[in-house]
Amino acid sequence: MFRRYLLRRLLHALFLLAGISVLSFVLLELAPGDFLGEAKLNPQLGPATVAALRQQYGLNQSLPQRYARWLGSLADGSMGVSFAYNLPVSTLLWPRARKTLQLTVTALLLSWMIALPLGVWSAAVRRGWLDRFAGLATSLLLALPDLVLACLALFVAVRAGWFRSNSAVLPVTVLVLATLPTLLRHVRSAIFDVAGQAHVRAARSQGIAGAQLWFRWLLPAAANPLASLFGLSIAGLVSSSLLVETILGWPGLGPLFLEAIAARDFYLVIGPVMLSAAFLIGGLLLGDLLLYLIDPRIRIQT
Amino acid sequence: MKHFSKQARFAISGLICLHVAVLSAGFLAPYDPTEQNRSSVLRPPSTLHFVHLRPFVAGADGHDYPLRFFITGSKYRWFFGSSSVTHLFGVDQPGRVFLAGTDEFGRDQLSRILWGGQISLATGWLAALLALTLGLGWGLIAGFFGGWRDTVLMRGAELFLALPWLYLLLTVRAFLPLSLSPWITALVMALVIGIIGWPRPARLVRGVVLSAKERDYVYAARGFGASSWHLILKHCLPQTYRLMATQAALLLPQFILAEVTLSFVGLGVGDPAVSWGSLLAPLRQIAVIGSAWWMALPVLAVIWTTWCCSLLEDNWKYTGEAG
Repeated sequence: MFRRYLLRRLLHALFLLAGISVLSFVLLELAPGDFLGEAKLNPQLGPATVAALRQQYGLNQSLPQRYARWLGSLADGSMGVSFAYNLPVSTLLWPRARKTLQLTVTALLLSWMIALPLGVWSAAVRRGWLDRFAGLATSLLLALPDLVLACLALFVAVRAGWFRSNSAVLPVTVLVLATLPTLLRHVRSAIFDVAGQAHVRAARSQGIAGAQLWFRWLLPAAANPLASLFGLSIAGLVSSSLLVETILGWPGLGPLFLEAIAARDFYLVIGPVMLSAAFLIGGLLLGDLLLYLIDPRIRIQT
Repeated sequence: MKHFSKQARFAISGLICLHVAVLSAGFLAPYDPTEQNRSSVLRPPSTLHFVHLRPFVAGADGHDYPLRFFITGSKYRWFFGSSSVTHLFGVDQPGRVFLAGTDEFGRDQLSRILWGGQISLATGWLAALLALTLGLGWGLIAGFFGGWRDTVLMRGAELFLALPWLYLLLTVRAFLPLSLSPWITALVMALVIGIIGWPRPARLVRGVVLSAKERDYVYAARGFGASSWHLILKHCLPQTYRLMATQAALLLPQFILAEVTLSFVGLGVGDPAVSWGSLLAPLRQIAVIGSAWWMALPVLAVIWTTWCCSLLEDNWKYTGEAG
C-alpha cells in the first residue's frame, strides 16, 4: 500500500521535473540573444572562430537536439557545459550547492529548535504578555521581506563593526529571522486548534495533565500541519537563500545563478533552476509522505 | 470605511498616503531625481533649525537659507500629463536642501525615493491586476466547467508552482532584452511577474467556485433555465470577492517586492531612471553603508508598503468568514 503510494508520487515528481526542464528550455530558446552574441562584437574574434565556438557548444543545433544532448549529459553527471567557465556545470554547481546547504541546513535546524519550544510555550501561556509580545514580534518580522531583512542586517552589522566576510553567522541569523515567524505562527496555531478538541478536553477532565497530556495527546494530534511545514522547509533549502547570499556575499548558489544569468550562460542557468525545483518537489513529497506515515486518516483517503 | 476594523482603516489610510505622495512626487520633491550636484556628494541629511519658528537650512557656504514653500524650481510632469514648476518646499539658490541626504552623484535622496515609488508601485499594481484577472478568469472557468479546462489549469499551475518563485522570475526576466526605456522595462516586468503569479489565485478561485456551484440556489437557478454564464457571473463571481480582496492585499506587496528585487540585482530599471529597487542597490557596497547611513532610507518606503499591506491582508483573512 505504502509502496504503491510512494511509487505513484515519485513518478509524478519525475514527470513534473521533466515538464520543468522542457519549460525552461523553451523559455530560454524564446529569449533573444545567447552567450556568443557578445563574442560577435569582440574584434579579436573572427566570424570563423565564433562559428567554430558555436559548433563546439552545440548552439547551432535545433532545440530538440540540444535537449537530447542535455539529457545525455545528465546521465553522465556533467549537466552540460558552462560557456563562460568552459567547465562542466556540475563541477561549478556542486561546491556552490554545498555552501548553500551549509547555510540553509544550519538555519533550518536552528529555527526549528527555537520555534518548537517557543511556539508550544506561547500557546501554553496564551493571552499572557509573552504571547502578546511574540505575536507583535512575529507580525513585524512577517512584514519584513528577505531582501529588506538582509539589507538591514548588513547595515547594522557594518555600522556596529561586526561584519566579517566569509562568516556564516550573519546569513544564518537573517535566514532564521526570516523563517522563524512563519514557523512560530504555525506551531502555535496547530497547538491551539488541538487544545480545543474534544478528545483533549476529555483527557483533561479525567485528570491527565502535564507532560503526559503534552506528549500523548497534544503534540501527536498537532503533528500534521507541522509535518507539512517541515516538508516546506526542506523544499526551500536550495532556493530560499538566494537573496540573502547575494546581499551578504556568501559564495553559494545565489551569486553563481545571478552571474550565469548576466552572462547568458544557458546550461549554468538551467542547473540551479533544476536543482531548486528538484528540492522543492522533493520537499513537498517528503511532507506528504510524513503525513501518510503519521496520520492513518490520510492513508484511508488515498 | 465604517465596516472596516480599526487596524484595516489604519492600513488603508497608510497606503492612500503613500500613493498620494508617490503620485505627486514632482510637487513634493524639491529637485529632479536625476539632477546631480557634484559638489555635494554623499551629503548627510540637512538639519533644519528654527529661528522665530521659521525653518532655516545651513548652506555649505556658511550662510543660512530660509526654507520657502511653493517655490519655483525645476520643471516636472504630473502623472496626468500637465507640467508645472511649483514645488512644495525648497530653498533659494545657491542653497540646497537635502532632507534625506544625497547619493554618490549628489542627487537628492528624498526626491529619488518619491519618484522611484512611481515605477515600483505601477509595476506592482499592473502585475497584481494581470495576475488577478488571469487567475479569476481561468479559476472561474476551470471550477465551473471542470473537464479538460480544469486539467489544463491544475497541471499548468502545478508546473509553475513547482519552481521556486524567485528562480522562475529571474530566469524569465533574464532572457528578455535588458536595455529598454524605463517605462517599457516596467511594463515587461509587470507582464513577467503577472504571468508567473496567476496560478495561485487561480487555484484558490477554483476552490471557491467548486463549492459555490454546488449551492442549492445555483441548482434552483439552473432548474429555471439560467445559462452557464449567468450562473458564473451572478452566483459564482460574487462569492470570490472576499478572496480577491485578500489576494490583492497579499499579491500587491509581493509584486512590488518582485520589482524591487529585479531592479536590485540589475535586471530591472537602472540609471538614470529610478525605482525603489535601484535605490537599494548601493546597499550591497559595504563602503557605502559604512559611511552613509541615509543611503538605507529607501528601505523605509518598502517596509511601510509591505507592513500596511500585511496588516490589511491579516485583517481580511481572519474576518473572511464573517463578511
